[in-house]
Amino acid sequence: MTDMRAAIAAARQSGDINGLVQQIPYLRFLGLQVRLEADGPICSLPADPKLVGDARLPALHGGVVGALLESTAIVHLIWSNEDESLPRIIDLSVDYLRSARLAPIHARGIITRLGRRVANVRAEAWQDDPAKPVAAAHAHFLLS
Amino acid sequence: MAKPPRIDVSQLTPQMVESFLHQGVPQCAALGVRVLKVAADEAIMALPYNADFVGDPATGVLHGGVVTTLIDTVSGMAVMGATGLPVGIATLDLRIDYLKPARAHAELHAAAHCYKITTSIAFVRARAYHPDAPDDLVASCVGAFMLAANDGKAAAP
Repeated sequence: MTDMRAAIAAARQSGDINGLVQQIPYLRFLGLQVRLEADGPICSLPADPKLVGDARLPALHGGVVGALLESTAIVHLIWSNEDESLPRIIDLSVDYLRSARLAPIHARGIITRLGRRVANVRAEAWQDDPAKPVAAAHAHFLLS
Repeated sequence: MAKPPRIDVSQLTPQMVESFLHQGVPQCAALGVRVLKVAADEAIMALPYNADFVGDPATGVLHGGVVTTLIDTVSGMAVMGATGLPVGIATLDLRIDYLKPARAHAELHAAAHCYKITTSIAFVRARAYHPDAPDDLVASCVGAFMLAANDGKAAAP
């Protein structure tokens, strides 16, 4: 059993969010990497053929893109929030804007409201050009 | 442009669809998704529990992202069942409520129903649950899908 509270506290102290991500099996499965920028973390997935949802194009699976957006929102909350528990997702709404190619994909989040119990987070994913997002999501999370 | 041939899904066994799915959708092969039913009124799929898909190692609960992928896939499959169109479906949007955590070490099922088809758009409702408690939902979803998306846009070999 991993104590996520301790892991989150340690990651916040050291600034090593990738170390925390490595403790979450599904994020390891996706190959999620985090890079910290001034306005928050950028989460990325590699161009991995196992993430493909349409082999003809090939295009990334819509579920994988949704998972990236959800994970980016969680990482953003962990990075910015004082609380040390893992945020739990309440709901997620994803708009698919463009087909995501088999290429690296990046995402960043923004907290639109941080309440005592609920956080509203938006996240956007892009490939080459941040001005041409491939998908956008908004989600609610239960805190603590 | 020639219309794609329609298929009669009642002629397909779940095993045939599963083999088609694992070839055409590598992510579903990687997850080990199984096809239980594909019909005009409903599609059902199963995700065997796998420790690689855990989102909270303290509890063994699945990550929401893998639930999203299962729901997106079964919703697309329901569109295929309802329209007889095997290819070229693109997700426009998904709105998923995560009603309760998926239990550790338990198989997760997802079922979808395509309740309206227009010329270009299919509307789908989907739900995820453990097979021993099909009314106690883990997640509930509504989604819209575009038909005949990406036609003629397949990458050159």
